[in-house]
This record gives sequence, C-alpha cells and structure tokens, in this order.
Amino acid sequence: MESNKVVEENDLHLKATELRLGLPGRDDSEEESFFGARNNKRPFPDARNECGSKDSSDAPAKAAIVGWPPIRSYRKNNLQQKIKAEDEAHEAAGIYVKVSMDGAPYLRKIDLKTYKGYPELLKALENLFKFTIGEYSEREGYKGSEYAPTYEDKDGDWMLVGDVPWDMFMSSCKRLRIMRGSEARGLGSCGV
Amino acid sequence: MRKDRTEMSEDDDRSPPLDLRGADIAESSSKTRNCSGVTGSVAGPGPGPSSMDFQAPYPDQVLENVLENVLQFLSTRRDRNAASLVCKSWCRVEALTRSELFIGNCYSVSPRRATARFARVQAVAIKGRPRFADFNLMPPNWGAFFAPWVLAMATAYPWLEKVYLKRMSVSNDDLTLLADSFPSFKELVLVCCDGFGTGGLAVVASKCRLLRVLDLIESELSDEDVDWIACFPESGTSCLESLIFDCVERPINFEALERLVIRSPSLKKLRLNRFVSIGQLYRLMVRAPQLTHIGTGAFSAPEGVALGDLEPDYTAAFAACKSLVCLSGFREILADYLPAIHPVCANLTSLNFSYANINAEQLKSVILHCHKLQTFWVLDSICDEGLQAVAATCKDLRELRVFPIDAQEDIEGPVSEVGLEAISEGCRKLQSILYFCQHMTNAAVKTMSNNCPDLEVFRLCIMGRHRPDHLTDEPMDEGFGAIVMNCKKLTRLAVSGLLTDRAFNYIGKYGKLVRTLSVAFAGDSDMGLKYVLEGCPRLQKLEIRDSPFGDAALLSGLHHYYNMRFLWMSSCSLSPPGCQEIARALPRLVVEVISNETDKLNGDDTVDILYMYRSLEGPREDAPGFVTILQ
Repeated sequence: MESNKVVEENDLHLKATELRLGLPGRDDSEEESFFGARNNKRPFPDARNECGSKDSSDAPAKAAIVGWPPIRSYRKNNLQQKIKAEDEAHEAAGIYVKVSMDGAPYLRKIDLKTYKGYPELLKALENLFKFTIGEYSEREGYKGSEYAPTYEDKDGDWMLVGDVPWDMFMSSCKRLRIMRGSEARGLGSCGV
Repeated sequence: MRKDRTEMSEDDDRSPPLDLRGADIAESSSKTRNCSGVTGSVAGPGPGPSSMDFQAPYPDQVLENVLENVLQFLSTRRDRNAASLVCKSWCRVEALTRSELFIGNCYSVSPRRATARFARVQAVAIKGRPRFADFNLMPPNWGAFFAPWVLAMATAYPWLEKVYLKRMSVSNDDLTLLADSFPSFKELVLVCCDGFGTGGLAVVASKCRLLRVLDLIESELSDEDVDWIACFPESGTSCLESLIFDCVERPINFEALERLVIRSPSLKKLRLNRFVSIGQLYRLMVRAPQLTHIGTGAFSAPEGVALGDLEPDYTAAFAACKSLVCLSGFREILADYLPAIHPVCANLTSLNFSYANINAEQLKSVILHCHKLQTFWVLDSICDEGLQAVAATCKDLRELRVFPIDAQEDIEGPVSEVGLEAISEGCRKLQSILYFCQHMTNAAVKTMSNNCPDLEVFRLCIMGRHRPDHLTDEPMDEGFGAIVMNCKKLTRLAVSGLLTDRAFNYIGKYGKLVRTLSVAFAGDSDMGLKYVLEGCPRLQKLEIRDSPFGDAALLSGLHHYYNMRFLWMSSCSLSPPGCQEIARALPRLVVEVISNETDKLNGDDTVDILYMYRSLEGPREDAPGFVTILQ
C-alpha cells in the first residue's frame, strides 16, 4: 500500500534518500494538495470548494492513500489475488484439447484460446492434419469433403463443430475428433 | 473542571464478557470505590469504621453470603458494574462472583490489578490495538501483547476456560503457556490477532484435551508449516464444537481433518480455508450432517480436475445438512457449483459471499430462496441489480455488508444509491449496514433513515474522498443528518464523502446514543469536533483521520475523555503542545503521540497520530520507540 503526503512547495526532494522513522513506502505527491486532503499540514479551505463541484472523472488521478478505503489488508490481498489470478488465468492458461483424426496414428493437442473463431480453428486443423474441411452450412454440415470436425461436449455427446457460438464452444469442448468417411458423410447429410 | 459523572459510561453487552469497572476514573465519583484492587486515591470515606457502617448488628459474613447468592444471577457486565458501585461490600462480593471478565482496552488496567480484584474468573475477553491499525495507519509492533496477561492468569486463574482476544499480539509461547496452565481450557477465539503460527495451534490442539472451540477469525499467522490438525488427539471422541480456520493461509492435512471430523459428533461449526477443495468439503459434509455453520473453503476443484468428470452429488450433501443456518467461504468459487446450496437456502439466516466474485444473475439464483436471511455479506460485484434482488426476498434482513471488489477511488462503482434505496425499501428491519460505494446521494441516505428506523449501525464509505452528492453536488451533510435524526437507536456511525461542520452539528445535536464514531476526510474546522465532543454523551470510541481538527477542538472534550475508551486522531491539525495540555489536565489519560521525525526536523511540528485512552496504570512500559507518551 502506498501512501502520499502533501509536499511543501519548496521541498528539495531530499526525503527520498533520507533515513526516517515514518511508515514504509511513503512518497510525496503534489496531487494531494489539489484535493485539499487533510493530511496536509496546513488546511486548504479553498481546495475543497474547488474539488467539491468536480466530477471525479474530470479530476487527475489521485495517488493511493494509506489505509483508504478502509479495508483490512487480509481482505484486500485475497480479492486482489483473486482478480489477478483470474486475469492471469484468462491470459496465460490456454484451453488445451486433444484432437484425433480418424486413421491418424497419433493425436495432437491444440490451444483453443489461440483462435478467435471457427474459421481460424478449422484452418489450423486443416494444416495440422493436412486435409480439407468442406464449407459449413447449418443445414448440411460440412459439405464438399469426406471429413467432418466434431467435438465432445460436457455431457459426453459428439457435436458438429460450428453450431454454437464460439464462446460457448470454447467452454464446452472437451476434445475434438475429425471424422472421416461414411460416418462423416452421414452426419453431414442428415441435416441435423 | 470536570463534572461529576452520574451516568455510567458503559459498553453494552453485545460483545462477550464483562467490563472492568475499575477502569472508570474514580476522581469524579463521590461513591466509595475502595474495593480490592482499585486505586485507593479516592476522595471519600476510608476503609475504616465510619458513620456509613449501619450494618454493625449483622455479621458481614452473612450479608456477603446472601449477596453472593444473589449476585450470581447478574450476568451482564453493565448490571455487575452498577452493583459494584453500591458500596464496599457489594463491590467485594461482585468481584468474587464475576466469572466473565471483559477488558476493552488492554492498557487501561494491568493484569496484576485485574486479577487481584476478580479472583474467580473463568472467561476473559481482551481487546488490544485500535481499529485504525487494521488499515496500516500505525507502524507495526505498537503493542497489545497477550504475554503479560497469560502470565498473570496462569497463576491467578488456574480454572480458566475461555479466552477471547481481539487485535492482540499472541506468540506461540503464549499459546504454549496457555495450554500448559489451564487444564479446564475449553474455548479459544482469536480475532484480528497476529504473532502466532501453526506451531502454537499445534500445542493448543494437542494439550487442551477439553477443547470445544478453536476459532481463528481474520488473524494473520506467521510463516511456519506445522501440521496442527494432526495434533488433535487421535483416539477417543473429541468434544470439538467449533473449528474455524478460514484465515489460515496454509494448506492443511486433509486426512487428519477428516478423521477429526469423524470423531467429533458435537461439531457444529466448521469453517475451512481456501486450500480445501469442494470435493474435500463434500467428504467432510457427509461425515457431519449435523453442522449448523459451514465455511466452504475454496468451493471449486483444484486445477487439473475437469468439470463433468464423475463428481459427487454436492446438492445431496447440502440437503442432508438439515440444521445448516450459516454459510460462508466460497473463497475461489466456481459459480457452476452454486446450485448445490439451493436445498439449504430456505433455512439460512446468515450468508457470507464477501469473498465470492459473483454477478447479479448468479446471486439471484440463490437469493430468491433465502427468505429467512438475517445477515448477508457480499461483494459489490452483484451490482445494484443484485441488491434489488436481495431487497425483494430478504424481508428479515438485519445486517448487510457490501464490500468493494476493487477498492480504488476513481472508478465507476457497480453499486450506488440505487442499491441502497432498494435495500431500504425492501429490508425494513435492517439494524446494521456497512456499504462501500463510489457515488451516493443525500436523498438515498435520507430514504434509508426513514425506512429503517431500527438502524443501530450505519457505516457508509464513499470511497472517493470529499465526494459530494453526485446528483446535486452538495455535501453529504443532510443525508447523515437525517440518519442521526431519524434513527433513534443509532449507536455506531461512520461518515464519508464531502462533509462540512454542519454534518457534525447534526451528529452532536441528535446522536445522543452514538458510542462509536468514525470520521475520515471530513469537516471544515475545529467546530466540527467540538459539536461532537460537546453533544454526544455516550461517545466512547472516536476515530478520526485526515480532518482539520486542531488543539482547540481537542480541548473542548476535556469533560468527556474519562468516559471514553479511546480517541484516535491521525493526520489532523494537532500540535505536541496541544496534546501536552490534555495530558497535563487529565493525569489518568495516557496520551500517546506518534510524530513524523523528518517533519520535526523541517520545523513542521504537527502530531501524526494521537491515540489516547483512560488508564489506571499510567504510561505503559512496553511502548516502542516511535511512541511518545506525553505527561
């Protein structure tokens, strides 16, 4: 937690190198005085009136103050950890799923997060296994090829890739399987 | 020039055990206060034979026996304190029959004096640091050590059963001494304490064979890794009724915990820390369906465990807990698991979501079943919409706390006056509210003051400092004014936002029952503090930061400081001579001052922190270097 004290106008900034008994991490900041913060040594009655009528979004960013808002550090740390962890999780951790292709000797693994949508994913699959997926249509599935990309969802059912919105797909896809041959054609032509 | 105090300045009986009446300063009282252990420097009849002694025909012993039998029935400390003031023998007998001792400020009286007066104590409650120290406003190692207390009690109270500590520094050695000294020890509750670790817990667990309650609440443990759960005796039935360790930031031995729960048929309260997964929670719940209070731990599966893999029936586990009334935890919640708690919602009286990052929709699915809810803690991630849902269902709500998920000053807050108004419309029985927000209006606060006449605690924290009513641009004076005017039962108030002296005028004029007042970044001049000190006769705890109150204002409270537990003023406009004057005028007040060294060198002589409190002991001997005690 950083805190800021009002800097006196003729401060020589020697404080930065001084040994002191004050609280650790205390810095000086000029922004404090604009808001007439009461940890100023001299009262600034006018500054308050100035800031009183301002919308906070117009004001310059206030530097953090020790112990404000008054939340115990245990709670703050826990929540900060949480937000940070979630952010990190969203950034770093990928959604890795196995991809199998009928007839291929071994499986591959891809990170769904690296793709922004179905076109990118399908292109990547094509590159991975060196084949061509057909064109997707809601009515007929993947037409024009003997392959059909499918995935296993949370309930354990095998679904055709492309029916649901991308985000929903990303959260429910457990693994991918590229079906081939009669199975694939069957899926495509029944118009499900 | 102190007035005679005829009124008791009392804490009410909400907190555990009783007050030490001796902390009241004797000077202004004309009643005899020569009870054992209390200061003898009283102006009044001495201990020898005097005209007061009309009881001559009756042997003192008989009277005292009668008294003893009668006074046994007095349980609240307010009653006991009153009884102790009647006369010498009542004081003596009350002291012998008091079994619960409450020390509101560990420095107001010494362990020696307390144990000398009260000889037969079984339960002790001690509070230490001032509350603002929680927010890093005070340098660490200020004091409030449990050590001298446990040392004194080890010999004085061998039959001690319960210890409750708040904001004290407790070491592992203290816990060891406790475990060694009290063979009947049953309950240990540590709230906002520090200084100890799992090593100390291990000693308590292994040596306190009659332990019923081990509650660690918001305490900070040191960095050691002892397997304390495994130290509970392995064989036989355990008498454990309550085990709360959600603040312990270390993994625990789950297998040992499971075995402990299995052999604790009386276990009613179990609050797990975030290192316990939902799968582990399940295992514990099926072993302990008798639980009334559950802290769920993480409420998610550890990483690597995929959803949809064969998972236990959490819903059934909750449904089996027919007596469950209090749920908390949800430390790393995976909202998909929330529906599991649906079976218990209808019976819940207390729900703590204040570590759960859930949105309005997720909350709604749960809250609409919670008709009996009385206590609700939540994060503002639920937004005004979530609060509206609470207001629609929880008609019995008594206590609400809304914490910010993002505690900054210059962001768009998810909750506002809309949520506050909704709550006031729906929850008419509200008694206590703590509400963090970015924006507020006077109108909403006024509405609450009208809709919720039972309010005893009103704590509003507008996180942007000096922020006015965001619709009218006026100060928040009228809103808080309405609260003190309309909420006739108000005992605790925390103010924020842009406030002028006018707000304090209202508080002084109408806040006649206010005992605790918290002020930050408010007021214009000394008048603000004067209004409060002159107007609020019940004021006991006053904490102020960053407000323009100076020496003159401080002087205006001389008549009242002996009635208070403490006064805290930090980053105000006080000077050392000003504080010195108080110290000289009131010898029974300990006036602690922390000043910034560099400011002094620069000739800037204001007091950084003033913390003063009444005490029978004078300056404490364990004050750290940065504390100056003025005399």
